Amino acid sequence: MSNMVNLTINGIAVSVEEGQTILEAAEKLHIKIPTLCYHKDLCVAGNCRVCVVEQVGNNKLVASCAMPVSEGMEINTNTLKVRNCRKHIIELLLTEHNEECTKCYRNGHCELQELAAEYQITNQDFIDLVPDKNYTVDRISPAIEKDDSKCIRCQRCVRTCAEIQSVGAIAVAHKGSEMKISTVFDRALDEVVCTNCGQCIVHCPTGALTEKSYVEKVWDAIADPESHVVVQTAPAVRIGLGEELGFEPGTRVTGKMVSALRRLGFDSVLDTDFTADLTIMEEGTELLTRLKRALVEDDPDVALPMATSCSPGWVKYIEHKYPEYLPNLSTCKSPQQMFGALAKTYYAKNVKVDPQNIISVSIMPCTAKKYEANRPEMKDSGYKDVDFVLTTRELAVMIRQAGIEFEKLNDESFDSIMGTGSGAAVIFGATGGVMEAALRTAYEIVTGREVPFENLEILPVRGLEGVKEASIKIEGTVDDWKFLEGVELKCAITNGLENAHQLMDNIKNGESFYHFIEIMACPGGCLGGGGQPYPVDDEVRMKRMQAIYNEDSDLPIRKSHENPEIVQIYKEFLEEPLSHKSHKLLHTTYVKREQY
Amino acid sequence: MTTTKKQLHRIDLIFKNEQDCKEILRNALARSNQEVINEMVNSGLKGRGGAGFPTGLKWKLTAEQKVDEKFVICNADEGEPGTFKDREILTRVPHKVLSGMAVCAKIIGARKGYIYLRGEYKFLVPNLKKELRRFHDILDELGLDFRVEIFMGSGAYICGEESALFESMEGKRGEPRNKPPFPTEIGYMDKPTVINNVETLAHSYTILKYGAKKFRELGVKDSRGSKVFSVSGDTPIPGIYELELGMSVQDFVDDFGDGDTKAVQVGGASGFLVPRKRFGKTSIGYQGKLTGISLPTGGSMMIFNSSRSMYNVLNNYLDFFEEESCGQCTPCRVGCQQLLKGIKAVKRGEKPASYLDQLLKLTDTMKLTAKCGLGQSVANSFSSIVENFREEMIY
Repeated sequence: MSNMVNLTINGIAVSVEEGQTILEAAEKLHIKIPTLCYHKDLCVAGNCRVCVVEQVGNNKLVASCAMPVSEGMEINTNTLKVRNCRKHIIELLLTEHNEECTKCYRNGHCELQELAAEYQITNQDFIDLVPDKNYTVDRISPAIEKDDSKCIRCQRCVRTCAEIQSVGAIAVAHKGSEMKISTVFDRALDEVVCTNCGQCIVHCPTGALTEKSYVEKVWDAIADPESHVVVQTAPAVRIGLGEELGFEPGTRVTGKMVSALRRLGFDSVLDTDFTADLTIMEEGTELLTRLKRALVEDDPDVALPMATSCSPGWVKYIEHKYPEYLPNLSTCKSPQQMFGALAKTYYAKNVKVDPQNIISVSIMPCTAKKYEANRPEMKDSGYKDVDFVLTTRELAVMIRQAGIEFEKLNDESFDSIMGTGSGAAVIFGATGGVMEAALRTAYEIVTGREVPFENLEILPVRGLEGVKEASIKIEGTVDDWKFLEGVELKCAITNGLENAHQLMDNIKNGESFYHFIEIMACPGGCLGGGGQPYPVDDEVRMKRMQAIYNEDSDLPIRKSHENPEIVQIYKEFLEEPLSHKSHKLLHTTYVKREQY
Repeated sequence: MTTTKKQLHRIDLIFKNEQDCKEILRNALARSNQEVINEMVNSGLKGRGGAGFPTGLKWKLTAEQKVDEKFVICNADEGEPGTFKDREILTRVPHKVLSGMAVCAKIIGARKGYIYLRGEYKFLVPNLKKELRRFHDILDELGLDFRVEIFMGSGAYICGEESALFESMEGKRGEPRNKPPFPTEIGYMDKPTVINNVETLAHSYTILKYGAKKFRELGVKDSRGSKVFSVSGDTPIPGIYELELGMSVQDFVDDFGDGDTKAVQVGGASGFLVPRKRFGKTSIGYQGKLTGISLPTGGSMMIFNSSRSMYNVLNNYLDFFEEESCGQCTPCRVGCQQLLKGIKAVKRGEKPASYLDQLLKLTDTMKLTAKCGLGQSVANSFSSIVENFREEMIY
């Protein structure tokens, strides 16, 4: 155990581990110190200065987020001097800030607004700097909007993009009064290396970075009597939506969510979990086929490890940063896009609706899904496969606008067809979930037996760690898969693109070898996605993750291949995994993109 | 106003043409580390960049770090408005600076040193390189494993702040770091680093040659030794002068003023303005227990006569800071803009004169909360000008 340091804060003694900051020590005493640039996910910046406190014997105030504790330190967090300085700092930030709060997307969810209310900044004596600023708004991306007039230069987005995501699409440009957060050559976010993951949004304290909202378009579609509006909901939405609507993080609200969607007026409430199961069938078969080519046919061109392709943030990342590995990416579309292609073909035929009149909406924990739906190749149904993508947060907006008392709703069930999912599909929402789901099915196909883990819980692939590795020895194979007898299937799972970057470098350098890797762009996987509620940290992510796994273990069907709707679709429509029709509707191609 | 012309004692140590650096080095390297550190501590030498941290202590603290790799950096990012003495030192006596670096390197255990040279001083490079080759030969001869490289700055004022300078050298954006940790512990490349101003290093040569005692004989308590001043503005004799610390501003003005001196800006834009009525009560040196006010300076002494508008002077400084703030911390980035816009608004009558008091309060906040010395020191010139020349700000 490390050394303990004794100090007092506001006269109260506290003892904390050496190396901790004043802010952390104060948290222990339940003394709240306001912060803006500080975020538990990120390295300390110490640049907003709103967390300053008085240290006895120091003639300057100190930034509590950056100042380590020392023995005998005496700290005061609530003196006249401290309050006056904090008030000044908030006032200064407001003079650079477009204060049209009522017209702001983050109205009511803004940390600066909260702080201004807390300090009762009711009149502004300083000069409004906004008119001279020539602020710009970038609305070009289909996923993310960047409004410089709302930016407080805390650099949380910059640190997120660099540290968590290793992308570096945004950085600080210029200095002094001109200092701003910008992209390479000040290009639009859509024209740079941005993966649309939206982590910058969930880490932004204000309305400077937001998702592009399609709420109005969806309302229009619902109101149009000609349109048949179908909605799909991703696994992680059901464990995130409640949080956005006032429940504790990690509350499961699947039944209420279905009920609310129906009340909003969607014609059919369906489940992305169905196509998550379908992904397992297609991707699992793809993996086994690649292994066969590599192990039996000695085909030198087969690309291993095969990488998952469910996460559109990850897909765009690899297109930019590791284009030489594009053949390794599974050709499977993401569950969202599989769903879209089937909604306007299989579903349309089944419910006898002209696909031209179908508007396909998806609710996602993700902002990159907005981009993905707009990729030019995503039109295999003959129409735009997914018309509009809403985040978990946007769905909450619609529910509030509709006057639905969410907490009072009864649980309802998804419609059918394309409304049934297995537990294996639900866990797509957590890092390691796709791997676990794939193993549950592939192992059984190959050996005829269930995966050798109690209650089907493949614990080594679960959790928030950066890179998780697992290997499973394949023994007792059935006749068709004899060539895999004795093979040790090596897998790796990672979440967050910085970790993905490390993993890919290891693979590239030959330090690691795997057959199958699962990569999710966001920390914790989709449950920590860019479209999920804020604020977020590891504690919240862990609660959401627990909810996902509880949802899985509570479902009657836990394996993708046992989903009756999956059996049905192969029988009635797709024939078999990797069939001609599957290839046409469910698989895709990728493009090499620029490095910056 | 007529005064009897009295000349301050000119010191001739730094620029003295001495070509005995090999001997000085040989002797210094032969002494124990502790002995040299004691010599430096006893000399009372304080950082000549303006901040005034005791040099001997800085060397000592860095020497105590048990780390394999350490660095010595000469801060030659001389960017303070009105300061131009480091350029002269590097032009005329670079070997003294290099000798200081080498001795420091030996004591703390560094094998690598850098001169962080202000971007605009690129013209010094050919000469410095020549000097470096000669100096490296001497080091080889003396058997000291130490090499010095030149690192070019790119023109940002903030990179003279030591931690921003490290960031810049590491290829990052030049922004000050949080302190602690201090460079003695975590500096360039996160290694213990001694970073000294050009002049400080040159003085260490003097101390090693003549001894701490001789150095201490110059100056006053808390402000020992001589200092190189960059004298500019309304003076018949602008230029670079080595003078004893502790002089009063009055004595300085008597020597350098044009007979009509209204105010002296001590320490450049980030320093203080001393109005005529305080000339006698203000001395030049580090904060200590001297009678009256003592002002530190990196060497800049700007003299203004009665033809100068102090509003224009302040406007000019604030223009500078508004642009040269790195922009990362709120009080400095936004504070500088508010101060600049604020004095303009008062001048134009868009804000009442009482708004100046609000701006003074704002400078208090900047002084208390800005992340680095730049943001903290904007208050110095602002408050000293506004408080002493309030009418000029308004009318």
